[in-house]
Amino acid sequence: MAGSASPSIVAEGLTAAYGDRLVWQDASFTVNRGEFVAVLGPNGGGKSTLFRLLLGLLSPAAGSLQVLGRRPHRGNPAIGYVPQRRDIDPDLSIRGRNFVHLGVDGNQWGVAIGRSVVDASQRVERAVEAVQAGAYADRPIGRLSGGEQQRLLLAQALAGEPEMLLLDEPLASLDLRNQNVIAELIASLAQANGFTVLLIAHDINPLLPIVDRVLYVAHGGLTIGKPEEVITTERLSRLYDAPIEVLQDSHGHMFVVGLEAESAHHDG
Amino acid sequence: MADVSIVGTLSPAAAPYFGWDLLRDVQELFRYAFMQHAFEAGTVVALTAGVIGYFVVLRGLSFAAHGLSHIGFAGATGAVLLGLPPIVGLLAFTMSAGAVMGALGQRLRGRDVTIGLVMAWSLGLGLLFTALYKGSASRAIGILFGQVFGITGQEVAVTAAAGVLTLLALVIAYRPLLFITLDEQVAEAKGVPVRGISIAFMVILAVAVSEAVQVVGVLLIFALIVAPAAIAERVTARPSHGIVVSAGLAVLFTWAGLTVAYYVPYPVGFFITTFAFGSYVVARLLSYLAARRTVRLRGWRAEQVRHSP
Repeated sequence: MAGSASPSIVAEGLTAAYGDRLVWQDASFTVNRGEFVAVLGPNGGGKSTLFRLLLGLLSPAAGSLQVLGRRPHRGNPAIGYVPQRRDIDPDLSIRGRNFVHLGVDGNQWGVAIGRSVVDASQRVERAVEAVQAGAYADRPIGRLSGGEQQRLLLAQALAGEPEMLLLDEPLASLDLRNQNVIAELIASLAQANGFTVLLIAHDINPLLPIVDRVLYVAHGGLTIGKPEEVITTERLSRLYDAPIEVLQDSHGHMFVVGLEAESAHHDG
Repeated sequence: MADVSIVGTLSPAAAPYFGWDLLRDVQELFRYAFMQHAFEAGTVVALTAGVIGYFVVLRGLSFAAHGLSHIGFAGATGAVLLGLPPIVGLLAFTMSAGAVMGALGQRLRGRDVTIGLVMAWSLGLGLLFTALYKGSASRAIGILFGQVFGITGQEVAVTAAAGVLTLLALVIAYRPLLFITLDEQVAEAKGVPVRGISIAFMVILAVAVSEAVQVVGVLLIFALIVAPAAIAERVTARPSHGIVVSAGLAVLFTWAGLTVAYYVPYPVGFFITTFAFGSYVVARLLSYLAARRTVRLRGWRAEQVRHSP
């Protein structure tokens, strides 16, 4: 692991709150460069709030936070962000490629002219190829499948040429096969480009082969550690305040039993 | 100057030329100053309406835009009551209402009841102002249905200036506006001033609506802002092409409407809206047929694959 390089995220005594409403408090952790961290925990526990802090959309209520050696600030070009989506309007008549293009220069004023047009379309092309979405990037994004949309949204984040990816539930609403495919795609992109990845998920199973560490956000606090340290019957039961059992199959994969019931309960 | 009646119908003195001589047709159309002014103002208004309409449709604000024009009616009649030019009241009312709508942002989506009620009340208010004015009701009818054949050279200049400003503002805001329209959350994280642009867009829309009211009036404005953009969305999935198609169609509908209204003694607003509506119906029909064909082709291909060894 990249122990010598400066860490991507350093949080000390970090507390998140919306006004008077405390979300979680006194979190201290470090994420190293190039690390792949799965962010887990019940709904409403403050997983997305952590992202808002890292993106500079929310100021810490207390404590300190450093992202890539600086204080978080809105519009940080080094962060590629894919928010959680419910649905893209199926009638939305916009090509996938145009969606990706927003990640290159969507935040700049005016219309693109001259050389920047060529540069931008090359960056879009590279991003689309990186997620292997060339076959359908010219189709209206609303008509694509969930997995195809997720690839293009990932490409949009890649087009900004980031150092860190913040992915909010990229595997939600995908079938099991696609969950594995997308998870592996993200892992291989992260490895090839040296990205630091924080990925929010409900289900740890598709991520177990690829994560370095897991960050649990639950019951007002944060816990980070290697999967085998954190995902244990005792610690999860304590975190969730519910009986949860962790089983292992013959290949060494861990299966968390009881989490599905919890998430289903919260979603309902 | 030709005799201009209140709802934009024309009755030219002599039977105007119409035939295969295209040059003579154009000469005939531009014979009178009022027709030149109508074409000039109509073109500017259509271009602006077509371009901004693309964003209106994409942002799901068609009904809000429609509501804006009705609020403008109260403003315009109020201005007439105070002895001011209607455009002053139009701009004042639509711009303030637009700013409020913009501040509400995405929360505006699905607020049909609120918008509808404000719309109805604005019409009622306009009716009161018209009654208080005690003058001829033709001013009010002109605001409701447009009076493009009564536009003066000075008004054309004002319209052109407003049109250029509107288009310039849209060019400057183009990329961030597209970003917040398609992907508000990421745009916010990327440092785009979502709220500011959302408010600015509604104010720009208010100016465009106020301009367009001169041509098609408060009630028919929907046709020029929404129809071309809605058709463009069905034709292309590229924003840049969509904007060009939308603006082109808006100009086409306006030119066609003005031309037909020159020869036929019925209101120009009727013809413009008819061309817009008719084209929309055709576009929907064509895309429905195209979709059916794709489905059938896919089915056929799947069948081939299934039967192949």
